[in-house]
Amino acid sequence: MSVLLDSFAPDTVEMRQAYCDALIAEAKVNDKLMVVDADVSHSVGTGRFYAAFPERAVNCGIMEAQAVGMSAGLSATGLVPFFHAFGVFATRRVFDQLFLSCAYQDLNVKIIGADPGVTAATNGGTHMPFEDLGLMRLIPHTTVIEPADSTMYASVVHEMAQTYGVIYLRTSRRVTTKLYRDGTQFKIGKAMRLYEGKDVYIIACGIMVYEALKARELLKAEGIDAGVIDMHTLKPLDNDAVLDAARRAGAIVTAENHNATGGLGSAVSELLCAEYPVPVERVGVFESFGEVGSQAFLQERFKLTAAEIARKAKICIERKGGKG
Amino acid sequence: MPSQKKPFDARETKRFAAEIRKNCIRALEAAGSGHIGGSMSIADMLAVLYNDILNIDPADPQWEERDWVVLSKGHCGPALYATLALKGYFDPAELLTLNKGGTHLPSHCDRLKTTGVDISTGSLGQGLSLASGVALGKRLQGIPGKVYAILGDGELQEGQNWEAFMFIAHRKLTNLVVLIDNNRRQLDGYVKDICNEEDLGNKLSAFGFEIRRVDGHDVTQLYNALISAGSGDRPTAVICDTEKGHGGCFAEIDGFNHYMPVSHEDAERAIAEIDRRLEAEI
Repeated sequence: MSVLLDSFAPDTVEMRQAYCDALIAEAKVNDKLMVVDADVSHSVGTGRFYAAFPERAVNCGIMEAQAVGMSAGLSATGLVPFFHAFGVFATRRVFDQLFLSCAYQDLNVKIIGADPGVTAATNGGTHMPFEDLGLMRLIPHTTVIEPADSTMYASVVHEMAQTYGVIYLRTSRRVTTKLYRDGTQFKIGKAMRLYEGKDVYIIACGIMVYEALKARELLKAEGIDAGVIDMHTLKPLDNDAVLDAARRAGAIVTAENHNATGGLGSAVSELLCAEYPVPVERVGVFESFGEVGSQAFLQERFKLTAAEIARKAKICIERKGGKG
Repeated sequence: MPSQKKPFDARETKRFAAEIRKNCIRALEAAGSGHIGGSMSIADMLAVLYNDILNIDPADPQWEERDWVVLSKGHCGPALYATLALKGYFDPAELLTLNKGGTHLPSHCDRLKTTGVDISTGSLGQGLSLASGVALGKRLQGIPGKVYAILGDGELQEGQNWEAFMFIAHRKLTNLVVLIDNNRRQLDGYVKDICNEEDLGNKLSAFGFEIRRVDGHDVTQLYNALISAGSGDRPTAVICDTEKGHGGCFAEIDGFNHYMPVSHEDAERAIAEIDRRLEAEI
């Protein structure tokens, strides 16, 4: 049985709800787990954790630099802090703190960045990180994750808590399209190969996995056989999955809700140009700042759609010299 | 477990401070240059902390119940390294490898490289936040021991410190003691000329700290301020009035002394002067 649901629909729970449930469940068996916030606990959904474990939740106030450094200090005493903020403030604003106070000295801090890319929607360009994946990939020894739905998000909390080091996870906090069956298990660093294909592979993460699945159907209608990989972990990249896809189809499209530079498209391209060069097309945001609007509007605005993935897939197939 | 501390003896602590300065200068001489100014100004603080205050065990550097030291002004690592070597954390001969390729003693403090360094620092303004997390982590887990954070006065221009001050006071982290090396100078000149911070005592008091102000080169004043710090309901900040370069005679100048070349002749002259002053004082 496929790990995917038979049909896709908006989830019945918000991402933040599923996350907080998972966090509380983890805290019940892991007395080192801590929650750290910087005044957006209501937004990122950790509020119920404060009620469940008041002594293990620290709302610092609007001071992200202090929150990150303090989290690093907590971890130096053996605790496992999960720090939450909007993605822009969880990464861009505190890059040096993440770099030096956390990663450089091998401390153990988990970072949750809410509202990645166009999921920031009506908060607009100031709150719309298109660069967070790139920033976090650049710091040595980090792990970088973007889950596609609530099943995956909740599933990785335990492994995040158990895995030493700086881990950045970006995710929408609201309702997303539910893709995976309940109980599906995911492994950090191990891509989900959802469909095999012989003409092209689409490698996607986050909200773009659903777009990739829709793009596969669009391409199928045109007689094109597209594989789909959910690359939920950008770092460490599942090299085997990428190389296998390149060998099978000889054409790769990446799709991410992020700048086309620095994130998934870069990670895949960097690997392939060294190990197995094939045509790669990237779907992402090109040299633009975010702006305000509904998520649907913004996905059209920045061409983060199934139609764009399908268009680039065909370009990619043409570049390799045709189907098969 | 650490050995029992002896009663405070100012003469012994002064001797220790002199040894810290001498070993630090030898390390800088071997490197050819370094952060002499700030390293000299914190030498007496380090002497009192490591000789008379800290509950530590050099044979067990990771002892969970130890007191921690966070040298937020991480560029003054050479003074800390001299102190740690003298306390037996590592062979003092290693001091001569300062800043050389492959050394365990980099210019700025690195907890992964140097035995006895609790927290890595070097990007100014970050140490106090880390210290606050260590202090809170200890309190939440019921782990004994205090955290001593050494900050430069110039460093206080970094806004993150003031976030940390608010946090520490709000959480009443009395197991954290802040020492401010108030040498009144920063890399580019005098703090009062570049971005004045005074009245520091009133500022920190307004932020919720209990303030003690001492001559940062008077080991008795330092000891008295530190031995009782943290006993009230407010966290303590000890403002240590110091002189940048103090005790390294070639660096006791009004001009640029943040980072200086250190020749063999400089080192010889400075060490002789340290011995002469120590003799005169005790």
